Amino acid sequence: MTTTTVSDVHRGAPEGTPLLDATDLYAGYLPGVDILNGCNLVLHPGELVGIIGPNGAGKSTLLKALFGLVPIRQGSVVLGGDEITNQRADKLVRRGVGFVPQTNNVFPSLTIEENLRMGIFQDPKRFAERFEFVTDIFPALGERRRQRAGSLSGGERQMVAMARALMMDPSVLLLDEPSAGLSPVRQDEAFLRTRKINKAGVSIVIVEQNARRCLQICDRAYVLDQGRNAYSGPGRELMNDPKVIELYLGTLAADVEAAAHDDTQG
Amino acid sequence: MSADTPPTPAVPDRSPTPREVVARALADVPRTPGAPKPDPIIVADGVRRTFGGINAVDVEHLEVQRGAITALIGPNGAGKTTLFNLLTGFDRADAGTWTFEGRSVQGKPAARMAGLGMVRTFQLTKALSRMRVIDNMRLGATGQRGENLFAALLPWLWRAQEDAISARADELLTRFKLDGKADDFAGSLSGGQRKLLEMARALMTHPTMVMLDEPMAGVNPALTQSLLGHIQGLRDDGMTVLFVEHDMHMVRHISDWVVVMAEGRVVAEGPPETIMQDQAVVDAYLGAHHDTDLGDDALLEEDVVEQYEAEAEAEEATK
Repeated sequence: MTTTTVSDVHRGAPEGTPLLDATDLYAGYLPGVDILNGCNLVLHPGELVGIIGPNGAGKSTLLKALFGLVPIRQGSVVLGGDEITNQRADKLVRRGVGFVPQTNNVFPSLTIEENLRMGIFQDPKRFAERFEFVTDIFPALGERRRQRAGSLSGGERQMVAMARALMMDPSVLLLDEPSAGLSPVRQDEAFLRTRKINKAGVSIVIVEQNARRCLQICDRAYVLDQGRNAYSGPGRELMNDPKVIELYLGTLAADVEAAAHDDTQG
Repeated sequence: MSADTPPTPAVPDRSPTPREVVARALADVPRTPGAPKPDPIIVADGVRRTFGGINAVDVEHLEVQRGAITALIGPNGAGKTTLFNLLTGFDRADAGTWTFEGRSVQGKPAARMAGLGMVRTFQLTKALSRMRVIDNMRLGATGQRGENLFAALLPWLWRAQEDAISARADELLTRFKLDGKADDFAGSLSGGQRKLLEMARALMTHPTMVMLDEPMAGVNPALTQSLLGHIQGLRDDGMTVLFVEHDMHMVRHISDWVVVMAEGRVVAEGPPETIMQDQAVVDAYLGAHHDTDLGDDALLEEDVVEQYEAEAEAEEATK
């Protein structure tokens, strides 16, 4: 286990006040069981920030905690200067936070257009304007607006879910494993669309299992391990960092040596 | 081990441990996906299972060595549990053939597989929580004569068998250190104790092969060591073990052979000491090396993303 000092928790982050600032989060699903054990994350305006880590590291839990879906027991989340810790998801949407869940993220019996309307039910007057914006990023959705979401492929549904989250004109978009269950080409498409959304001015936090792809597209990333920040830094640096690979594969040289030692002892 | 120790220290004064015997048997097996084994208990060919157009499992060829502990690893969604379900008869394959102990067994239901000597445990334990631990154990025994309606009325037909079953159950509970809990409800056990109960119950059928689905998931670290010992004990008693696991430390610690799956396929095989250095394994966990770098700004041009989409749509249309 590595120990990180405060200064390198957000290594590579730009100067200035972050848009989203999560400090020392403890959160979990069951009473007494913390999945996050003191997680930190900052997102600066315009950034695309990735969260990666091995299975069970707490990546999705961190994202859900930011969006008020998992109770935060300790720590704080600040959005644009306002404390938003444990605020309800619908309030956060109104404040400009968009969230795309990993699964069950469309209404299958509704059409694409109706799905997008659901994304802006809190402010229906702006529908036409926002519909134009999202169909500019996702042209296929405009062309097929009358098709039922249930008839779409997994990749297309993911696009609908991302588009719906964009309807409320969020300043922060939280993406939970947008590549999960998609074919390699669809994954790449999802990653490129994510970059396009970011270029259109939306700051993004993306949780990903496909670490290599995630590190390619993001400005910075946090590597989580057992609910804590293990490493962080610019995506390119982490991609080539043997410590990160080691964390994923658990192939610690010391481990192998210790086992060899055990064998000779036993 | 110090640097100047000879690579193969001569140990003449003891017989080899089961682990060493297995290691020797597997020493010459090529480190390639689908490698043939000297004494396979399972041989699978062309096993495929699709869910909504995606190949959850698409295994060309796989052999599992008899008497060895084989670990099945891979990132989330690699198809490990699906393959497990197919082999144990809990799911039906769309294509493929496989044999267990030389018998063709594809499409055989789970109960039949258990009868043939292959039993499994589950990631989320399936202990019957409102029955006592000892009754959970007794239920695990197969071929009970008292199950026949008429025989049930004639106790002398089944009493001896039932006594034998009870004795076996007591013996296994003692072995797994659950004897103190025999009269507790299974629902009152901790996660780790339930795993032990499941394993003990599986042994009631005298299996030749035990399939463990994430035996370490949700187990208190204090119980980990004893659970690892029990799994190794299965091999030392001559059983074959195939297990799915995420915890690399455990894989490294107890397995004799590792099979790595990614996107439904077997992408690498080898002994645990070297498997992690395989490029295919690194790719499987970190995401494959693709030719394109998605960080390239040229990819954000107007048409490029649409091309990806068109390609994806064409792909989906053929499925």
